[in-house]
Amino acid sequence: MAEPGEASALEEAEARAVRTRWALLVPAMLVLTIGAAGPLLVMLVYSFLEAGDYGGVEWVFSTDGWVQVFYAYDIFDEEWVAADAHLSIFWRSVKLSVVTTLLALFFGFPTAYFIATRSEKSRNAWLFLITIPFWTNLLIRTFAMMEVIRNEGVVNSVLIGIGLIDEPIQILYTDTAIALGMVYVYLPLMVLPIYASMEKFDFRLVEAAYDLYATRLRVLWRVILPLVKPGIVAGSILVFIPSLGAYVTPRVLGGGKNMMLGNLIELQFGQGRNWPLGAALSITLLVLVMVALLFYVRAAQRGSSGHG
Amino acid sequence: MDGSVRDIAVEAENVSKIFGSGSDEVRALDDVSVGIQDNEFFTLLGPSGCGKTTLLRLIAGFDHPTKGSIRLAGQDISYLPPYRRSVNTVFQNYALFPHMTVAQNIGFGLEMQGRSRAEVRETVGNMLALVRMEALANRRTSQISGGQQQRVALARALAPRPKVLLLDEPLSALDYKLRKDMQIELKRLQHETGITFVFVTHDQEEALTMSDRIAVMSSGKILQVGSPRDIYDRPSERFVADFIGDTNFLEAEVAGKEGATARIRLASGVEVEADLPSGMADARQVTVVIRPEHAALAPAGQGELQGRIANIVYFGTDTHYHVDLDTGGQFTLRLQNPRGGRELHGEGEPVGIAFEPGALQVLRD
Amino acid sequence: MKRQAGFTTVAIICFVCLYAPIVVLVAYSFNAGESIAVWQGFSWRWYAAAWENEEVQRAAWLSVLVAVQASFYATVVATMAALATTRNKAFRGQTAVFALINQPLMVPEIVTGVALLIVFAMVKVATGYNGLGYLVLAHTAFCIPFAYLPIRARLEGMDLTLETAAADLYATPWKTFRRVTLPLMWPGILAGAMLAFVISLDDVVITELVKGPGQDTLPTYMLGQLRRVVTPEINAISSALLAVSVVIVSLFFLLNRKRG
Repeated sequence: MAEPGEASALEEAEARAVRTRWALLVPAMLVLTIGAAGPLLVMLVYSFLEAGDYGGVEWVFSTDGWVQVFYAYDIFDEEWVAADAHLSIFWRSVKLSVVTTLLALFFGFPTAYFIATRSEKSRNAWLFLITIPFWTNLLIRTFAMMEVIRNEGVVNSVLIGIGLIDEPIQILYTDTAIALGMVYVYLPLMVLPIYASMEKFDFRLVEAAYDLYATRLRVLWRVILPLVKPGIVAGSILVFIPSLGAYVTPRVLGGGKNMMLGNLIELQFGQGRNWPLGAALSITLLVLVMVALLFYVRAAQRGSSGHG
Repeated sequence: MDGSVRDIAVEAENVSKIFGSGSDEVRALDDVSVGIQDNEFFTLLGPSGCGKTTLLRLIAGFDHPTKGSIRLAGQDISYLPPYRRSVNTVFQNYALFPHMTVAQNIGFGLEMQGRSRAEVRETVGNMLALVRMEALANRRTSQISGGQQQRVALARALAPRPKVLLLDEPLSALDYKLRKDMQIELKRLQHETGITFVFVTHDQEEALTMSDRIAVMSSGKILQVGSPRDIYDRPSERFVADFIGDTNFLEAEVAGKEGATARIRLASGVEVEADLPSGMADARQVTVVIRPEHAALAPAGQGELQGRIANIVYFGTDTHYHVDLDTGGQFTLRLQNPRGGRELHGEGEPVGIAFEPGALQVLRD
Repeated sequence: MKRQAGFTTVAIICFVCLYAPIVVLVAYSFNAGESIAVWQGFSWRWYAAAWENEEVQRAAWLSVLVAVQASFYATVVATMAALATTRNKAFRGQTAVFALINQPLMVPEIVTGVALLIVFAMVKVATGYNGLGYLVLAHTAFCIPFAYLPIRARLEGMDLTLETAAADLYATPWKTFRRVTLPLMWPGILAGAMLAFVISLDDVVITELVKGPGQDTLPTYMLGQLRRVVTPEINAISSALLAVSVVIVSLFFLLNRKRG
């Protein structure tokens, strides 16, 4: 037997399989590197350059972009002061994202529970109803929300109609409008993961708990909640992250003044003409998102080891 | 079976297969050599993890040996890909193509071989007839029952007329009744087609009823190859005796040898004749085996062994007597029940045990 | 026993709130008057207006052009990637590959958008090319994970012994792929392509940042219009776009159910 030759034939086949795999992967990797991941690195470089006068950059090293994230140069006093405008936008972004997540949880959890407790057949229909809005245009849904809450919109008309108020309430172009809009557009992202973890949940456990003298609230708190916690964590992160980076909803429902981080970033590439600052803000946002994701991964790991 | 010398269809020579490496190394096959003859129903029998499926996969070409070679009709095929060997497989889960009809499934292999359309159609027709599935030719494979899927899988693997057909526990997914029917059906197909069948199973009964020859495997080795009768009556090793059927093991001493038989002395001091396995090394202390149905109860004081009946279990066709031997250990007898018969002995009664002549077999280990 | 009455109430409110604004929006697209708040009778006039509006025509055409190209490219490369990443043991670099594929799902669109804006601005200066390629590339990239997921799911659910069986029946690797693997993964590919198409068609943020002059898609055109006085024409365009998405997603669901 010429065994070395045969063994190398096997190695050859192995090597060919590896080559095939990478050949299949290269196009996707290339597109994603050029069209998504690579530019992030270029942006990191840009955040350390000097702003050009009419947008763009001068290829001179500068930390101004990063300094301006938190400080503004006061041209009268000729000193750096805390950039209140930026800080308030940071604060609003985080605050609205947290509020949105909590509201989405408040509405999403019961909805997921409702779907999970339907009969096998109708469950798919309800699920379909939740999913459809998610796949339709975010701008259109935001626009629909805008029509409903504007001063002449359905909400105000109805409230005036039934005599609850005399004057329309100004909702549009407020922080409330942004939060409402974000809850509206991101709600399916909360419902779906919670539903997914509830679908696996054995509802006989609830009956067992009732049998052991648990009250409704206790069943919810001690039996259901701990078991669907992974879904809740996943849903919360799925709502929190796009809220933090929201652009369309605050732009349409917040008007020009109530900006969030996304709008502030865009501004630097438009009228602001401060690309390094925009790049630095983008990276800051990215870091915030990564922190949230990291938190999620750790929570998920703790959850799985706790129940595993 | 008839002892005439036939050509070897497929042969494994010193084949080893090692999966993984370092501390995870698993030796699935350990220096296995076996020759499977033309037109033979050959069974690889053993518990799960014994290497029987690995050997099958090496013959099919789904895996390649780490050492040694596989030959098909004399040609070394060890490293040939599966699509270049005249070997077809019936898979455990059938692996029928769900996007094709029954007829398309059966014709697939012929089509891949580049046979003409007319030839494919004709062969598919013949195959459908062979497995009695003509009426369902245009059904989707998801629309037919498990037994029917089994037949389609057989027809698909037989259609290209392979030199060897491999069957990987094909009956395990069927219920008892269907399994019995398929056992007969498989024997018929093997006779009608004249193709060598290599059948893998962990079911000893299946192996005994269907095979021309059986290879009993354990821990990556082939322990014994022989006809079903050989394997059952003359197990050469403890594992084989234990794995197939029920057995009584007795410790004994060799008193003398004459050709293929030996005089052995049992613990009770009685000397009896026992068959020796081939290639047996000289040893003083040996284990002998005797099947429960190859002994009878005798009045106390008579027979080769003495003891006391521990319990009696009625099984319908036969009754099992568990006897505590005076020399220690237990002995099981299986006695056929005559109609209207009743137990002749009671529990706790002292009895003798008489062996049938030539019922004892010495084990190699 | 398992019902919680309070939950049912909240759930019903949720479903109503989810659909009420959309119903209102669609309803006013049929308004005879110029307002999106006062109902003045039924009419198709705004659909006609949108149909004849050249800007809308151009934007719609561009949307379709980009979505078709992006979803096609995304599906092709995602199919290849799915074939490479399923059906074998973990391989070196696997984590990095998955991270890269899922990256568009994790990074906020606005961040990807401005990053692309920066890079494309450099490329534009360097090459002078100002065509649709930038939009197609950007869309292809963020469509990849959406195309990849259903294809991968389909492949993972596929019985590997089917391919072994094909090889056993004399099919060469290429023939096995053509006759067994590809037909079996086809529903997944179709589903992936449909998702990618919808995602591309609906994108606002990245398109808004990457588009060149005169490269408005329907969503960015609408975003621009929202700054002005809104007429039911926008409602009409929205309703049409909604209809397209709903139809495609419904097909996707049907396709998914058939597989089970």
